[in-house]
Amino acid sequence: MSTWLTGWRLVLGFVASTIFVPVVGLVLTWVDRLVSARVQWRKGPPFYQPFADILKLLLKQTVVPQGAARTVFLFAPLVGIAGMSIVAMIIFYSNFNIIVNQQSSFVGDIIVLLYLFALVPLAFIIGASASRNPVAAVGASREMTLYLGYELPFLLALLVPIVKVAQKWGVASALRIGGIVAFQQEFGPILYSVSGVIAGIIILFTIQAKLGYVPFDIPEAEQEIMSGVLVEYSGAPLAAFRITRAMIFVLLPLFLITILWGGIRDWWAVLKFLLIVVLIVLMKNTNPRLTIHQALKFFWFILTPLGIVGLILAFIGL
Amino acid sequence: MKDLRIWGLKKSPWVYHVAAASCNNCDIEILELLTPRYDVERFGIVLVGSPRHADALLVTGVINRKSLPRVLEVYEQTPKPCLVIAVGTCACNCHIFRNSYNAVGPYDKHIPVHAYIPGCPPKPEAMIMGVVKALSKL
Repeated sequence: MSTWLTGWRLVLGFVASTIFVPVVGLVLTWVDRLVSARVQWRKGPPFYQPFADILKLLLKQTVVPQGAARTVFLFAPLVGIAGMSIVAMIIFYSNFNIIVNQQSSFVGDIIVLLYLFALVPLAFIIGASASRNPVAAVGASREMTLYLGYELPFLLALLVPIVKVAQKWGVASALRIGGIVAFQQEFGPILYSVSGVIAGIIILFTIQAKLGYVPFDIPEAEQEIMSGVLVEYSGAPLAAFRITRAMIFVLLPLFLITILWGGIRDWWAVLKFLLIVVLIVLMKNTNPRLTIHQALKFFWFILTPLGIVGLILAFIGL
Repeated sequence: MKDLRIWGLKKSPWVYHVAAASCNNCDIEILELLTPRYDVERFGIVLVGSPRHADALLVTGVINRKSLPRVLEVYEQTPKPCLVIAVGTCACNCHIFRNSYNAVGPYDKHIPVHAYIPGCPPKPEAMIMGVVKALSKL
């Protein structure tokens, strides 16, 4: 641990990232809806639309369905928000700390991050299972299958930067986000290599699936299972789930930039971030929904071999 | 606090479409209302798939003895405050089916209705006007 970012600075950083990330995420939700509207030749909602949605949901009645596991049902949305706040802290911490005093956070934070990102599908699955709704149960099982699908190529893609850093600087700095950022600072972004491009493509697809956006919005398919996992949620818990989605919408592109595209170091990072977001939104708008077995096939039999090829290339040094 | 709540409700009314035994004509017009041509997302109106998410119920058709319990259940499942907007003459006053043995009367006999949009079917413009009137009454 570094000496600079401790004590009250750490607490302040945590509070700042927990407030900053949802606000940016909600603005991004508006960007998403605006770009979608422009693609469909519409005008689109005003900029305060996501905030109005959240405000309305927070001040509405919350219905707990009869026979639902009440505590778990109301507690599940908080799991996702809590996990994403810690992710925000770790990402900003490791990027920011390097700028200040060339130190990074603890060894293995990239593994911690991997597990924290898994809290979001977990929160959806727990909440949906607790709601005692057959449609939500279908959604939960699809969410689980999808998670099993995308986590394998995601892991393989994450191994690419780790292997690249470990070859030069050893495993200890390769397992820190700070180490990966410092490595890219010295040798240029990992994305500008063959294995880096492969890892980038895989992570982009997994981001789409983790966000639950259109080719992979199978767990909450609105037309067939009526927003699936969220079907029983109303009022404040629904707002919490929407905030979780907004936060992950900020954090996943930031994570991609951090580990592959040079880290959050300068103002170029903002441009890279917006580019990734627009790419995600365009992918969302130009694709039909896959069925769950198509998605699983895509992740396991197309992206996973691609990830293995990328990993081998990283070992060779390409 | 109350102002904030009303502002939120006015700026993002999510609608749920309750098709209770209508001839499908009003339903088709409602779907047309939600197409990019009229772009009701400008006003924050979004069609949602579950009554739990809804702020406004668009009800169509003549309620009969079979559909009445379902409609009441959907209304009870919707978190309050929620608006009920009767779309089409059938929903407003049963239209030509008023003497039918199976019709149990218009919607406002069973649940509070906030706006009536007559027409067989009403045009999407008329529906937008009805929703605006219902919201400005809040």
